[in-house]
Amino acid sequence: MTQLLNYFILLPVFGFLISLLIPDKKETFISSVAFGTVGLHLVSAILFAISWFIKGCPTLNVKDIDVFRTTGYDFFVDLYLDKITIVYLLVGALLTFMVTIYSRYYLHREAGYKRFYNTILFFYVGYNVAIFSGNLETLFIGWEVLGLSSFLLIAFYRERYLPVKNAVKVFSIYRIGDVGLILAMWMSHHLWHENITFLKLNNFELVHEHLQSHSFIGVFISLMILITAAAKSAQLPFSSWLPRAMEGPTPSTAIFYGSLSVHLGVFLLMRTFSFWEQQTSVRILIGLLGLSTAIITTGIARVQSSVKSQIAYASISQIGLIFIEVALGFENLALFHFAGNAFLRTYQLLVSPSVASYLIREQFYNFSPHESSVEVSIFSKKLQNTFYILCTKEWNLDSFMYRLLWNPLKWGGNKLNFMTLRRVLIFFSVVYGVGLFCVHHKELISPTIQAYLPVTFATIGLIMVLKAFTERRRATMSWVLVVMNHFWIALAVSFNELFTFNQVYLYLSGVVVAGAFGFFCLRKLKSHENTIDLDQFHGHSYKHPKLAFLFLLACLGISGFPITPTFVGEDLIFTHIHENQIVLASFVSLSLIIDGLAIIRIYARVFIGPHTKSQHEVAYRSS
Amino acid sequence: MSTKTVSHNKHVFDEKEVIHELKHFLPAQNPLKDFVHHNTLHAFQDMKFFEGIRRASEIFGYNVSLSLDEYRALYAQGRIREDVLDKILLEKFGASNVKNWKNKLVSETYEANFLPRIGNLRANWKKSYQIDLDSMVHPTLFRIICGFLDQGIAIWGFPEKDKGFLDSLKEMERNSYSSYFRGKRAKDLLLKTDCRIKDLLQILVGDESLYTQYLYDQQFAHQGWSGMVSAVEDFPETLLDSRKISLQDAITFELLLEIDAIDFHCGNNWSPLSQNLSDKPIDLFADVEETEVHKVLKIWQEAFEWTYYDEVLAGIKLKNATSKPAHELTFQAMFCIDDRECSIRRYLEQFDTSCETFGTPGFFGVEFFFQPEGGQFYTKVCPAPVTPKYLVKEKNEVAFKGVKLKKDLHFSKHSHSFYSGWLISQTLGFWSAVKLFGSIFRPSMSPATSSSFKHMDKHAGLTVQHTHHEQEENGLQVGFEINEMVDRVEGTLKSIGLVKDFAPIVYVVGHGASSVNNPHFAAYDCGACCGRAGSANARVLSEMANKPEVRTMLRERGIDIPDTTQFVGALHDTTRDEVAFFDEKLLSEANYANHLKYEKIFEKSLDYNAKERSRRFESIATNLTPAMIHEKIKIRSVSLFEPRPELNHATNALCIVGRRNLTKGLFLDRRSFLNSYDYSIDPEGKYLFNIMKAAAPVCGGINLEYYFSRVDNQKLGAGTKLPHNVMGLIGVANGIDGDLRPGLPSQMIEVHDPVRILFIVEHFPDVVLDTIKRLYATYEWFINEWVNLVVVNPETKELFSFQKGEFVPYNPLTKDLQKISDITPLLESTQDNFPVYLIGA
Repeated sequence: MTQLLNYFILLPVFGFLISLLIPDKKETFISSVAFGTVGLHLVSAILFAISWFIKGCPTLNVKDIDVFRTTGYDFFVDLYLDKITIVYLLVGALLTFMVTIYSRYYLHREAGYKRFYNTILFFYVGYNVAIFSGNLETLFIGWEVLGLSSFLLIAFYRERYLPVKNAVKVFSIYRIGDVGLILAMWMSHHLWHENITFLKLNNFELVHEHLQSHSFIGVFISLMILITAAAKSAQLPFSSWLPRAMEGPTPSTAIFYGSLSVHLGVFLLMRTFSFWEQQTSVRILIGLLGLSTAIITTGIARVQSSVKSQIAYASISQIGLIFIEVALGFENLALFHFAGNAFLRTYQLLVSPSVASYLIREQFYNFSPHESSVEVSIFSKKLQNTFYILCTKEWNLDSFMYRLLWNPLKWGGNKLNFMTLRRVLIFFSVVYGVGLFCVHHKELISPTIQAYLPVTFATIGLIMVLKAFTERRRATMSWVLVVMNHFWIALAVSFNELFTFNQVYLYLSGVVVAGAFGFFCLRKLKSHENTIDLDQFHGHSYKHPKLAFLFLLACLGISGFPITPTFVGEDLIFTHIHENQIVLASFVSLSLIIDGLAIIRIYARVFIGPHTKSQHEVAYRSS
Repeated sequence: MSTKTVSHNKHVFDEKEVIHELKHFLPAQNPLKDFVHHNTLHAFQDMKFFEGIRRASEIFGYNVSLSLDEYRALYAQGRIREDVLDKILLEKFGASNVKNWKNKLVSETYEANFLPRIGNLRANWKKSYQIDLDSMVHPTLFRIICGFLDQGIAIWGFPEKDKGFLDSLKEMERNSYSSYFRGKRAKDLLLKTDCRIKDLLQILVGDESLYTQYLYDQQFAHQGWSGMVSAVEDFPETLLDSRKISLQDAITFELLLEIDAIDFHCGNNWSPLSQNLSDKPIDLFADVEETEVHKVLKIWQEAFEWTYYDEVLAGIKLKNATSKPAHELTFQAMFCIDDRECSIRRYLEQFDTSCETFGTPGFFGVEFFFQPEGGQFYTKVCPAPVTPKYLVKEKNEVAFKGVKLKKDLHFSKHSHSFYSGWLISQTLGFWSAVKLFGSIFRPSMSPATSSSFKHMDKHAGLTVQHTHHEQEENGLQVGFEINEMVDRVEGTLKSIGLVKDFAPIVYVVGHGASSVNNPHFAAYDCGACCGRAGSANARVLSEMANKPEVRTMLRERGIDIPDTTQFVGALHDTTRDEVAFFDEKLLSEANYANHLKYEKIFEKSLDYNAKERSRRFESIATNLTPAMIHEKIKIRSVSLFEPRPELNHATNALCIVGRRNLTKGLFLDRRSFLNSYDYSIDPEGKYLFNIMKAAAPVCGGINLEYYFSRVDNQKLGAGTKLPHNVMGLIGVANGIDGDLRPGLPSQMIEVHDPVRILFIVEHFPDVVLDTIKRLYATYEWFINEWVNLVVVNPETKELFSFQKGEFVPYNPLTKDLQKISDITPLLESTQDNFPVYLIGA
């Protein structure tokens, strides 16, 4: 039975790969593959769940593959199944199955028919990897896949401005969640001295013993998990991304943001429950976060005058309540609530276009001009106006995120306008050379200085990547800086302790290959289109779809997506940051956040968005 | 007002005039429930078609024709014929230049990159100030306007809505601890000054000569919302829950938001836009030269149109005269002129050769407001420009409101609140999964469906006759007086030429549509009934014509309807291909017996009609039997996942005004509006005048809306409907922060060939010329070439084409048309448009 877990991962992977190979125009073939894959998955899931239930609901765990092993470090894929997995599996399979069928006709003749199904299957891969994951590392793989498929689906109408802009926005929030997860992995490695499985976390005594001696580390990990969960489930202060993600075709919006994707934060909390169960302060915090989200977003939902944003906020508020249930330890209730909320919102979103005829009819027969809502009876006029304005402005959450995230970065980046590709390259070769020399001759440098060097190099990397993120003119310059950042990180961490260069190679090999590959793509594009600045969207995927796809692969490779060794390397490098090097850890993680943002920004600006040449039909920017 | 006046006094900014002009150019689309087709570029209709679209394109950046590549592809496929093209080139450039021009058309490359004039001034905020004003202002602005106009999506509605838009905002800003503005200055401007647009522009722009262009740039950055505001300002009654808003208010508020955004971005010290302007942008309304590429596109378009027209005209000339059936008439049926009724009429005539069909605008000449039982409002059921004085109420003893208003908890607002949401998501949530499963595998009628049969209850009575103890209601007379009925019945019958030889049963068939998950539902219903189903009108006309008093008076006016003849109202649902008959219980015994037979003929015809329609649908195999296809068509109409329940007016290209004889036996592929008309009873064109007065704007409007939505689906159409989000029940947008998307979604227009409609009128050229000239509003359509016109001499069948104000003889190039006896194999052969065929042995 345990071995069957693999099957649940491999089936969608297989379906996804096949779907990539089908020609664009074969609508029936494409949808049949999706239908077959998800349908088979659903049937297997149901049969599996029944037999699992008959056998008395055992908890299953299988250590799958060792991806990388060295002394004191073992990166392995681990699969795990319990009640939570089963519920997420059944709900996910059922909804995805229904939506694949639904979209078969709904998307007929849409230009991105194939792309849509590719992305849905890709999403489904990520979803299953996440819910079957047996350790944080495996979960992280699924998490990354989900984030990317989200980006691709939000930007599904890539020839329009707003979907692309919002896709980048949502991606940046997800990126915060990702780094939360990386930091949680980093600290937990130091806590357990291994990549601990969720199965082991169920051991109450073990967790208790470790937390006793490391209560700060415990709280840190829990907080990182909470941030990740809150970002994914659109809890405060991240809530405003969810309605903005509703740019794709209605069915994809329905399963992603109505149901499955948005409930994965809840999943993460439930999955790690046994870890933070004993930290009362964390539980109170989760409960309070859920409660305040529920209250605030209910208010926002009530003033929404567009049907999808109303459903989005209503859903967030229910997830807030689920957070409370999880914090209180009502696991069954939370699972039940999750399933109900997922089904309800999916259906509500799918029938949302009907709201026009339905409500207009209702208005026609039942209208009463003096209907008033609850607020009128509770608040004074002045408070009513105040709350109404705040709710329509979403309590400034969106601009808050903007100000908190982008403005400081932009400000910093703009200070770096003096940098040019040549200067950067010269600087890099000189300073990096010195850095390498120092690594190899540590004995020559006083320990005091040595202690500062990692942070220094990390800072240089951070500055470089900041410049990459705000570069307006040359895409290649931005790209080169992004690639360099990884070198700086590697250098910085090299000072920490003696580890074999194999590990650095592991880390940088992917970066180098993907970096060169991406550079080549940009060069090639430039030879066709002359200018590729980053000041506006260019939408070159319109004319160069293949190049766009290849470049996307390069972006994935370089941002540590699980297709190159860099993915393992990134995690590995992190383990060499000591638990007391908070500054270094935060600098490195910050530069990884911005790195990801800079990469997605290059891709978005160069390849998607409205096409610069106006001989094609171009939509209004505001549409 | 002409568009040219704008440029004259551009240095003096006249706020009223500019706003008036601006409103003229903004999209004039009403809220969703009152969707009526109109010429998208109506603002340019005072110019010749090609000149108008050229200007529209240069100023606003619209695509106004197919692309050169598309035309060339059509030419390569033979869908633009070479002989037609040659003929046009010959007429335009003379024999010596034909070859030269043809080369240009077929192979010359032209620089296609162009920048429209709109938006250039305001673009300087980004260029000189590095400020992305739109993304700072639009989301807030849209949300506030949408919240204000919202008709019932929000649970907690706009706190102040009884005053005007700006006054409401003032009130809220004054009496609140929070503010829509980020800084203090804009708020103070709103609260402490009288906020004249000119003063605000002084702050923002600084140079008075640029104000007009600035406002155009600003409003056309979100023409969807601006157009909606303008429409609601002009027709406040279009919102059931009415609001006072004006474009002036909206502009004022937007200017304040802009000032606020720039304050926020640059601090309080920034200089107006004009000060950082290197050179002034070109005047928006300056003349637009006709370049060679314009000429090339124009010729392609004409060749494309005349390739089709030529076949149709040849068909009319070639087909054999069909005489009236020799034996006794079984029944007559009146339909709407709608192109969707074209084929059902053909099938009825095929399966019962002794019947006759007619076409007339689907309100059947009876204009009134309709109030269904339990309805809180009146709904207009006649063409949009008409304002009726009558009210017809639905009366029903049985409490049937439940049927019309079945609830669906999924739309309930309770699921969005805190605690009831908690309960609902854990209970109803699981029911949703079941419902979703059901609606995917077994789609069926649900409360979410918008069905034409819900418009009027089949068993309810109608207050057709005015009785004196019933008073006026809100200035409307309840029901019609007898003489008013006589006028209407006479008018309708004479205009379609039905004044003698009445069959025992005359069906009056209105039409409507059913769909689900379709915010554009009103666009599918009868345009002549203002986007409603035509059932009430069909019944009202029938009831009028059945009244003995009316018949007596009609006899005096020369229409002798035998006592044995009875009129029966009916409704054809064009999506589901179903017909419901009304009051058939009132038929005499003999007629009722026959009616049951005719009902079978209708059913058979509907099956075949469904089959003919199905050829355009990918998901239905057209080679199945008609009955099987009909079932699938019905399921399709209630499927949540079906974005094309029917194709509506797509492919429309003709409007034929004449006797049925003119077109009987021609296969026109559902592309024609058919208006029955008999020249012989209307020698002076009195009825023709009324027909043309209505048909030109209605059919022309439908045609041009399809045309423009097809050639620029992004700017003039609504784009794909799949990501649409319903905003405030009044419009659709993409996502939550987008502008409203007026026009038609791509799913409605993708199979449409963008050709201007050709009117074919059967009468003598001089009478027609005289008739269309009587009213300039009508004449403008023809003289400015927004629609084309050909007249058929009823006696000689000679054709005359309307060119530059006169009729010139036209001889079709097509000399022969293929004859087919059975169209079934044809229908099963392809999804594309068909050429014209002669049907018959």
